[in-house]
Amino acid sequence: MDMKVAKKLGLKERYSLMTRDLAWDTTYQPMDKVFPQTTYEGIKIHDWDKWEDPFRLTMDAYWKYQAEKERKLYAILDGFNQNNGHLSVTDARYINVLKLFLGSTPPLELMAARGFSMMGRQMNGAGPRVACQMQAVDEYRHFQTQIHSISNYNKYYNGMDEFAHQQSRMWYLSDGKSFFDDAITAGPFEFMVAIGFAFEYVLTNILFVPFISGAAYNGDMAAMTVGFSAQSDEARHMTLGLECIKFMLEQDPDNLPIVQRWIDKWTWRGTRKLASVGMMMDYMLPKRIMSFKEAWEMYVEENGGALFKDLARYGITIPKCFGQTIEEKEHVTHQSWIGFYMKPQATPFHTWIPTPDEMDWLSEKYPNTFDKYYRPVLEHLDAQEKAGNRFDNKTAPMNCQVCVSTMKFNEPGDPMEMCFRESIYQGEKFHTCSDHCKEIFDNEPEKYIQTFISSHQVLQGNCEPDGTDVNAADFKPGQNMLDYWKLDKRALGDFNGSEDQKNFAAWREQATKN
Amino acid sequence: MTMLKTLAPYEVKSRDAVENYKGKQLLYVNWERHRMFSRPFVLALPPETLFSVIIDQYMTDCFSYHPDWKQIDWNTVVWQNGNTPFTPDRNKSLKENGIGHKDLIRFRTPGLDGIAGTGY
Repeated sequence: MDMKVAKKLGLKERYSLMTRDLAWDTTYQPMDKVFPQTTYEGIKIHDWDKWEDPFRLTMDAYWKYQAEKERKLYAILDGFNQNNGHLSVTDARYINVLKLFLGSTPPLELMAARGFSMMGRQMNGAGPRVACQMQAVDEYRHFQTQIHSISNYNKYYNGMDEFAHQQSRMWYLSDGKSFFDDAITAGPFEFMVAIGFAFEYVLTNILFVPFISGAAYNGDMAAMTVGFSAQSDEARHMTLGLECIKFMLEQDPDNLPIVQRWIDKWTWRGTRKLASVGMMMDYMLPKRIMSFKEAWEMYVEENGGALFKDLARYGITIPKCFGQTIEEKEHVTHQSWIGFYMKPQATPFHTWIPTPDEMDWLSEKYPNTFDKYYRPVLEHLDAQEKAGNRFDNKTAPMNCQVCVSTMKFNEPGDPMEMCFRESIYQGEKFHTCSDHCKEIFDNEPEKYIQTFISSHQVLQGNCEPDGTDVNAADFKPGQNMLDYWKLDKRALGDFNGSEDQKNFAAWREQATKN
Repeated sequence: MTMLKTLAPYEVKSRDAVENYKGKQLLYVNWERHRMFSRPFVLALPPETLFSVIIDQYMTDCFSYHPDWKQIDWNTVVWQNGNTPFTPDRNKSLKENGIGHKDLIRFRTPGLDGIAGTGY
């Protein structure tokens, strides 16, 4: 008797059985009570089955692919570490890129993992739920691999060990924290526009240029490999974000104005977040890849412009802030670097004045602005440092109530003037850095009156190291910020004269000479 | 009119309401066209603080690093509270000068436009 062998499942059947077929409608409780989040934002969905899964990836295949990537990645990380790869980077200033990245990015990957886990529960269509679940695992993987690739540097250089403690406390990390806190406390569809679309699709390339290409250009094979290992996931994420936008717009014409407002909001919030990323490209990478301005033109103006042209058939228009971002691309990185340079006692990474040939590079890349506005002050500060009078602004900053950036951006059309905007809500003043942040505040003031602005919290006595008696007669808030932040003193100050600089030079000498 | 949508009643307080400052109020200070200081600074002070203390102590501590500071002719300084021009009285308090919680004092020093006139 012949054995009857079942036919191997085709990809389509397999996908159907492993995703949509696993979903069911609840009967003990009505569906809208089990999934209240998908309606309260005002988005109308009539047929969840219209959701297209561009990748048709199932969990079993997902684990197989990811495990393969991990094996390759960790083999390279091991090789890099065992061969003292840290000594092969261009110069020790590069390591400060990793310090800034470690504090600002892996914690946000973790927030993205939390956010997509929540979306996987809140969405009531099986297609998006499976896709969100996979993206949550991806984000968690990125969080881990980024930390692993940098952990080897932590053995040799200062300022990396307390990044998790600093994430919710340091002044300059507040912008990224507020970005994700805002997204994760929105409903599921706004979260998808915020992270899946605006961040992953419109802006993510800019984030990858300084980090992956920057790592490659500067001899950091560990960070570069982490980046490449994440790239294929990113392609899936971008597609998910775009699919979600198209799905909402196709489901009901009433969704268009809501989606447009979210695109306007999140493209702007992402742009503000990227100011410090641009600063890495223009000031912190010893070997530059391209200027932030060039990257903005290529990835946002050209690619983003084409994307919005494509979405025009759904009625979507280019984000309101687009014009302002184009004007600001010539300024924000210089403004950011000066803002960090003047706080040598308040960051776990070093800052410095660019060398004369680096300034010439900036002049060439920023012909309209660098010599006119920024070179004179950098040369002045350089002369002061050499005369033993390095800039150290000890004051606490004023921040934007929405993006929580320090208020350092110029008035549109006038680079010499600061831009300030103000709203009154329930009799209290709230300051914002731009028309776009003001509009975000005015649309949902209840949300942003709760913003955690670290300099304000210090003044309220809420930022003290454990054991401080805030009721003592001689208590003065903010006297022990280094302890509160757990800032390693060796990580403070100018790069010139730092322990990192000396050790790197000594170790490299040892590695290359007798 | 708020556009916020919530699943349940949502009542929250401002994190920076004046009562959180135990008798003090927030004050921001910005020296216009001197962007070397990157952004305004913030202080928490009792409303009875004399305006002279702001200039002689806090502004001097921060801004005297700039070579323009010594050149200021205080008779020509143009003051704004937010976007509204005003003339502070050195010998009066913040309160008497009409300066409230979270007000932003902006001052302009005509003829002094930062390092090499760049606004920095």
